Amino acid sequence: MVAEFRMPSLGADMEAGTIVEWRVKPGDEVRRGDIVAVVDTDKADIDVEIFETGVIDQLLVPVGRRVPVGTPLAVVSTGTASPNGSTAVPSVAPVPTQPPEPLSGPLPKPLSGPLTEPELRYSTVLRRLAHHLGVDIGTVTATGPDGSVTRDDVVRAARPPSGVLEVLPSAAEAVATEPLGVGGRPGERSVTMRRAIANLMARSNREIPHYYVATDIDMSTAARWLEATNAQRSVATRLLPAALMLKATALAARQEPALNGLWVDDAFVPGSGIHLGVAVSLRTGGLVAPALHDADAMDLDTLMQALRDLTQRARTGRLRSSEMADPTITVTNLGDQGVDTVFGVIYPPQVALIGLGKMVERPWADHGMVGARPIVRATLAGDHRATDGRTGARLLTALDALLQHPEEL
Amino acid sequence: MTDLSPTDVILATLAQVAPEADPAALGPDADLRLELDLDSMDFLNFVVGIDERTGIDIPERDYPRLSTLNRCIEYLTGRMAEV
Repeated sequence: MVAEFRMPSLGADMEAGTIVEWRVKPGDEVRRGDIVAVVDTDKADIDVEIFETGVIDQLLVPVGRRVPVGTPLAVVSTGTASPNGSTAVPSVAPVPTQPPEPLSGPLPKPLSGPLTEPELRYSTVLRRLAHHLGVDIGTVTATGPDGSVTRDDVVRAARPPSGVLEVLPSAAEAVATEPLGVGGRPGERSVTMRRAIANLMARSNREIPHYYVATDIDMSTAARWLEATNAQRSVATRLLPAALMLKATALAARQEPALNGLWVDDAFVPGSGIHLGVAVSLRTGGLVAPALHDADAMDLDTLMQALRDLTQRARTGRLRSSEMADPTITVTNLGDQGVDTVFGVIYPPQVALIGLGKMVERPWADHGMVGARPIVRATLAGDHRATDGRTGARLLTALDALLQHPEEL
Repeated sequence: MTDLSPTDVILATLAQVAPEADPAALGPDADLRLELDLDSMDFLNFVVGIDERTGIDIPERDYPRLSTLNRCIEYLTGRMAEV
């Protein structure tokens, strides 16, 4: 039996990706979770993992080629007999597909000509955008690389170009003129990164009716516990306050499952676990928000090491596809940047974003006494289509309660 | 123990933590976190890097003494002399 390995969707803002490097060649054995390719998503080079175990039969897309999400990249022989006698089944299907062509011979088509299966040429995001704008995507004039339809093409089809639009170089043109698949081009990366962030955040503000709640959390107990814990540890095993706060956030999200998941096709889809997106600002500008998988189940040491690893790989551009694809709720911690309050913009299709500010000493009244305490302001931006402020408030209250017992985190 | 001078250790570690910055161009009394845009994870990696190079484990309570290049050198010189 054979399966197809397709260009994965590495985040809601990704429409296409470029193969930067193949880590496998025909004949190589692969196991589920192996890194088989490096893909440039415009934001970063991502190590892409395969979901199949088997032998690589054929590579369909060469290095340097930019293809839409869902495009078959390789054929994998899985070695097991097909139960229904069909010659091929799609392995990972981010978009609805027809079965690929039977493998009676070599498949030169994806390399040389346009793709044959119309749906595969459009990402979910594009199809939804076209639907939203009342555009028949099959009739859109494609200006993207290799004849692919870009977001701008869809927008142009919905609205005849005005003089202003004619003057401005479109994002699609900018993409088309960029050299592809070459690493080490920070200047261009920052341009594509800004564009990817712009697209996603514009979509967030356009589509998501945000509500905001905030609460001040007394961190005295947590800070004392952390200080005492770290005093007994060598540098490499010390915990940052961020580790405590991320763990507490994951547990709070578990208590409020309506905030942990995705908004897809006018309905809420609960997350399959607490995959905590962590907004990591890159030193060269921009940010990515990869996932800490099942963060609620990690102990603090595991979470701290995972956070260090994730931050480091985010900054050196070596994130994995599974980390980019599936955060269910995101945390952005701007405490290090010295601000008290974060007013978050949700990462679509997620439905909530938690913002953490700087830990500052403030006057704090407790049992009729005023004292100076370390305080963190936690905010939550929620998608009003999915939940109401009451649910957001409950999550922040739970977060506060959890941080009062750091030894239990 | 290392043959590197405290200055070398600090500059090499900073270069590792903030590869796109030029630590050598830093003013000796400029605030490191501010000038190099180090967040708490970067700073932790800085302290871990010093430990890896010199075997000197800097306790958390001493972090405030590592605020500038000059203060780092002063601190590390003192600690290396103890060994």
